[in-house]
Amino acid sequence: MSIEIEHVNKRFGHFVAVDNVSLSLPAGQLTALLGPSGSGKTTLLRIIAGLEHADSGRIRFHGEDATDVHVSRRGVGFVFQHYALFKHMTVFDNVAYGLTVKPRRLRPGKAEIRRRVMELLELVQLDWTAHRLPSQLSGGQRQRIALARALAVEPKVLLLDEPFGALDAQVRAELRRWLRRLHDDIHLTTVFVTHDQEEALEVSDRIVVMNQGRVEQEGTPEAVYDHPVNPFVFSFLGQVNLFHARVQDGQARIGDLALPMAAPDHQPEGDGLAYVRPHDIEILAEDDGQGALAAVIQGITVVGPTARLELKVAGGKDLIHAELPKTQLAPLGLSPGMKTWVRPVNSRVFVGHRNQNPPVAEPALHPRD
Amino acid sequence: MQLWTIRPRALRVKGVLPGFGLTMGTTLLFISLVVLLPLSALLIQAASLSPGEFWRIISSERAVATYKLTLSSALIASIFNVFFGLLLAWILTRYQFPGRSLLDAIVDLPFALPTAVAGLSLAFLFTSHGWIGQYLEPMGIQVAYTQLGIIAAMAFTSAPFVIRSVQPVLEDMEPELEEAAAILGASPWQIFQGIILPTIMPALLAGFSLALARSLGEFGAIIFIAGNMPFETEITALLIMIRLEEYNYAGAAAIASVVLAAALVMLLIINLLQGRIYRARSDS
Repeated sequence: MSIEIEHVNKRFGHFVAVDNVSLSLPAGQLTALLGPSGSGKTTLLRIIAGLEHADSGRIRFHGEDATDVHVSRRGVGFVFQHYALFKHMTVFDNVAYGLTVKPRRLRPGKAEIRRRVMELLELVQLDWTAHRLPSQLSGGQRQRIALARALAVEPKVLLLDEPFGALDAQVRAELRRWLRRLHDDIHLTTVFVTHDQEEALEVSDRIVVMNQGRVEQEGTPEAVYDHPVNPFVFSFLGQVNLFHARVQDGQARIGDLALPMAAPDHQPEGDGLAYVRPHDIEILAEDDGQGALAAVIQGITVVGPTARLELKVAGGKDLIHAELPKTQLAPLGLSPGMKTWVRPVNSRVFVGHRNQNPPVAEPALHPRD
Repeated sequence: MQLWTIRPRALRVKGVLPGFGLTMGTTLLFISLVVLLPLSALLIQAASLSPGEFWRIISSERAVATYKLTLSSALIASIFNVFFGLLLAWILTRYQFPGRSLLDAIVDLPFALPTAVAGLSLAFLFTSHGWIGQYLEPMGIQVAYTQLGIIAAMAFTSAPFVIRSVQPVLEDMEPELEEAAAILGASPWQIFQGIILPTIMPALLAGFSLALARSLGEFGAIIFIAGNMPFETEITALLIMIRLEEYNYAGAAAIASVVLAAALVMLLIINLLQGRIYRARSDS
């Protein structure tokens, strides 16, 4: 069942949480609402669920207007960040809750409820916990129970609010792969909110990047990552280095260095900033004459298979960050304090986004919170 | 030497926090002086009676009438306070309205007010010429000098207990729990009785038992509004007072020991009940 969001607005006092958002989420897909805290992604999800009421705009499920349908009759499944399991009920009763509160004429029989609950518990691979209390389960298990509970009422759409936010890194990675497989099995239209770009890129069919209540970009994970439409999306989807750049005659340059450009055809001319990912910076031990910036290595950190370098570009104020496989450190003979040459092999120049008083190079911090 | 070997191990175990012996000793001394000593004095006084005499005093028709009146009034007042207190706690935690903090402060007033003042003002309101009494009387409802007056006085003085027990639990309740239930299709009533009530039940019971204990022991507020007629509107505490005024100390102590035992048994039952609820939550 598809979800159509039309011109939805929501304010809390003077704070604009959702600013005229229109989206169409196709049926059967797993969509990620990605953005920093306060970007309105959770509010939008709660409006879709009926937990918040939009100030204006409509929500349709498969073309049918659901804007004024009460939350208890909207037919959505919702999973909360902190599980929201009923502590005084066993796992079985939690999952059965949505069935037991149905009006008598719609309520399935005891045996039928039992069969459906056990089926769902098997689906989330936790059938052995049926008679336990939520407090006896781990975080990852609780979240799977919360998912089973949401699925018990056979919702038309499934909404997840930062479902892995409260879990530790390993469980989180495991659970999101599991969610992806589960989605491939049941094909329910699913929307999940996250501030973790890696999670969004890994799990979803579509990504909607939000910022300050607006949709910045939507598309497949590849499209959004490879062709970010603006500096916000670019810097939100990963670490970036910023360089002063100038576009002239269809060619972007940092100083004298000509940059390879992703989309040179419709690039406006003028001053701007070049965005370069750390793994798109090539490190050279010697200047090979094809143009490079002189830089001094300030520090090297090895994280697993990756080496992270901090470099100071000649004439620049701030450090830039580069990443390369650890195996390349030795052949290049890199060590702190060494003079090297750096060359961006891939970049994106946004003209007109120049700061008033910018450094030559300015690394942006990872925007994850 | 024998004594050393049977000394409980737990007392000798060194914990991380120092001072267990000192704090425990001080606490026990304090409890003994303030609580246990007066209680034992009471029991010793009552023990000066022979068993037959003791039984005759505590089972006299007049005394039994006061037990019935006191217990039934206290139960009704506490049950009333469970509903009223829950409602007020609900309003205070769930809604924002002008005067909310003032109302929150007023809740504690029955604690601060001398109970005699409370009794006087209730009597003033409910007598046949009082502000409320003059309208109730023509309808055939007599509050002053009846059991209704006793219940009103008890409900007034024990009102804060339920409110103050339930309020923090309601405040701590995650709104997500109710949202989750609503999304699953539960009606507001189903959410209340299936999700909210079980969560606040232990606090509600605690408030009820405190209110009941307070009502059983209430004296000052009641004697002004109750008619204090033997066999009809005489509470146990008043009968004890009357016996004291007759210099019948042993008789007073005998009746008081019944009140003491009743209060102990009831608090024990409620504590057990609460313990059972908590255990059911934490064990499988």
